[in-house]
Amino acid sequence: MKSARLASRLVLAGSVAAFAGALFGSSLVAQQKEITFESAGDFLKLPDDIHLGEVAGVATTANGNLWVYYQGGGPNATIGASRVYINGGARLLEFDRTGKYLREIGTSENDRPYAFLFAQGVRVDPQNNVWIVDRASRMVVKFDQAGKVLLTLGRRLEAVGELGSSGVFGRASGPPGSGVPGDNFNQPLDVAWDAAGNIFIPDGYGNARVAKFDKNGKFIKSWGATGAGQGQFNIPASIAVDAKGMVYVADMGNNRIQVFDNDGTFKSEIKNVGAPRALCISPGAQQYLYSSNSNPTEDPFLNGEIYKMQLDGTVIGRFGKAGHQFKEFGMVNAIDCRDPNTLYVAEMMNWRVQKITLK
Amino acid sequence: MKTRCIYGVAVALAMATGITLFAQTPAGGAQTPPAGGQAPPAGAQTQAPGGVTLTPAAQRLLPKAVNAPDIKYEVVRDFLKLPPNVYMGEGIGVASNSKGHIFVNTCAQQTRNFEFDEKGNFVREIGKDSYGNVFCHGIRVDAQDNIWVIDEGASSIIKYNPQGRAVMILGRRIGFPYNGMEPPVKEANPAPPYIFNRPTDVAWDAAGNIFVADGYVNSRIAKYDKYGKFIKQAGSRGSGPGQFNLLHAIAVDAQGNVYGGSRSDQRIVVFDNDLNYKTTFDHVGAPWSLCITPGPGHQYLYTSNSNPDNQDTELHKASGQIFKMELDGTVLGKFGVPGKEQGQFSTVHGIDCRVPNEILTTEIVEWRLQKFILHPTAAQGGTK
Repeated sequence: MKSARLASRLVLAGSVAAFAGALFGSSLVAQQKEITFESAGDFLKLPDDIHLGEVAGVATTANGNLWVYYQGGGPNATIGASRVYINGGARLLEFDRTGKYLREIGTSENDRPYAFLFAQGVRVDPQNNVWIVDRASRMVVKFDQAGKVLLTLGRRLEAVGELGSSGVFGRASGPPGSGVPGDNFNQPLDVAWDAAGNIFIPDGYGNARVAKFDKNGKFIKSWGATGAGQGQFNIPASIAVDAKGMVYVADMGNNRIQVFDNDGTFKSEIKNVGAPRALCISPGAQQYLYSSNSNPTEDPFLNGEIYKMQLDGTVIGRFGKAGHQFKEFGMVNAIDCRDPNTLYVAEMMNWRVQKITLK
Repeated sequence: MKTRCIYGVAVALAMATGITLFAQTPAGGAQTPPAGGQAPPAGAQTQAPGGVTLTPAAQRLLPKAVNAPDIKYEVVRDFLKLPPNVYMGEGIGVASNSKGHIFVNTCAQQTRNFEFDEKGNFVREIGKDSYGNVFCHGIRVDAQDNIWVIDEGASSIIKYNPQGRAVMILGRRIGFPYNGMEPPVKEANPAPPYIFNRPTDVAWDAAGNIFVADGYVNSRIAKYDKYGKFIKQAGSRGSGPGQFNLLHAIAVDAQGNVYGGSRSDQRIVVFDNDLNYKTTFDHVGAPWSLCITPGPGHQYLYTSNSNPDNQDTELHKASGQIFKMELDGTVLGKFGVPGKEQGQFSTVHGIDCRVPNEILTTEIVEWRLQKFILHPTAAQGGTK
């Protein structure tokens, strides 16, 4: 429905551009600009026995390789003494720049790192380290390019769902959305860093805050709680930090991107880009902000467009829509924008990664 | 067995060639007085196919068309060749493609999909360890040889291209609570267009429109275009016209009519292509699985009134046939008896009927796929 409204606005803007410009302001008119783009189609070449599931994250390394973190088969539940134990599910793969499969971190269920439970995201930091965010294990883990674990943030619960417990997870961490401070997460959703290496983690579905750690993983502070006011969140789904250290948080449930300074002080908000689910800020002297208004579970054909913006929120253009075909998107959960005109998007509901070239 | 006496020479020949012949004695026999309180319908018969004596309770469960003429048939013995250390679990879905390759959906330790060639030799696994493998419910192959897997546990229909890669996913698996979906336990009415609740089957019309049977919890047929865009839906829970009581199977004919199998109340409910109700067939038992021969030319509808897994039940004695029908519901014949031996049916859950007079079945209890050759008479749709 919204896309139909936008289309009608487009006609309106096209036919009475001067009037619309005067009435709505130039940014709205600019927002309607469609960016021409291409998709590389079946870009990733997978081994016969590896099949992507819901792809939560994609990130490129400095040499153009790709890391993909996705939800595969499982997880498997094991009935233990009065508890149910859950293992497996999330998988981390590396591909080269042509999409050729290189390797997997943990090639069998028992070999996979302890945090791999329900994939939420993967990012590569400026030092080329690979960070995974796992929603169910509630952990953020830093690997080097060899796959060695360098840092863990958060702790996986010993068992998911104690039988007979009134709580979902059996261990209290404060009521959902109370912005519980500290080291441990409740369904964290992303990770980003500033130039000094400080770590920012939106946390998340079960909490409603942004947590800041120093580069060694020492907790510094957190801000936010459930709500719609400044500095409050309704699902902080994604995060990005620009070269000046400003922190951009996709406040998905509130249909806005909130911008904070490096200490978490609210500065501004960006609206009119739908419900942002995935953010990316391109590196380099001229930085751009990308944001996906991804479709909801209930409708694979609603919304789905990705916006390209200046860091102040001015929309440069938009591209794409929801759907199952190539050049369409199925709940984009992550964008990689190392090259601002060559984007990789991870799609939850189409079980794939698309390589997008902006014209 | 009586049948082996009659067909003794043929059996000897068949055994030499790896084929076993079967033929059924016509059902019937002397009537026995109904027992009080469990009166069978007037004229009910006291024996099931195969000569099993029925109690009055079982007599009431016999399909009205149980006296249809038997179709001669034979089973290809030991058709499926599994490699060492690969095991079928419960045989759930079966479908063949234009090259004669056979695809099986099975509930093993993990839900798995196997491909075999036309001789029954193992080729490969489809979608190994896929996110969509949660709890098997079927597999179908469309006119373009795409492989569609129906997963009841993932509440998803996964379309694999002929190379075996997932290219479209309908519905979404619940990752409770990690993708924000709540496990729906009750029927939604109307059901949300794009979310299923334990779907059971999928079919397509000639234009590529997709029809999903949804299914165990919801009671609707949902129609999508070939791109997966929702068009409309029909059906609700019940036994009235256009309703379902466990919509378990679906098939579409060349004119685009849609046949939904309502298993618990033993009906096949027919809709036109726009999902307007047309008619109901209530004389062929519980439609566990449906298959319409693809043609070209005259099409037939097969439905399996599958026997339950428990042999010590009245229903077991009264069921186990596959009926061959005209698309208007006229029954041309039936074949099959429940049992564990090769050539018998051990709870059929899937039928493939792409090749005329060849039937592939997957069966729950005996963890198997069987291939049958039918020998229908001219009156049963056979050809000279």
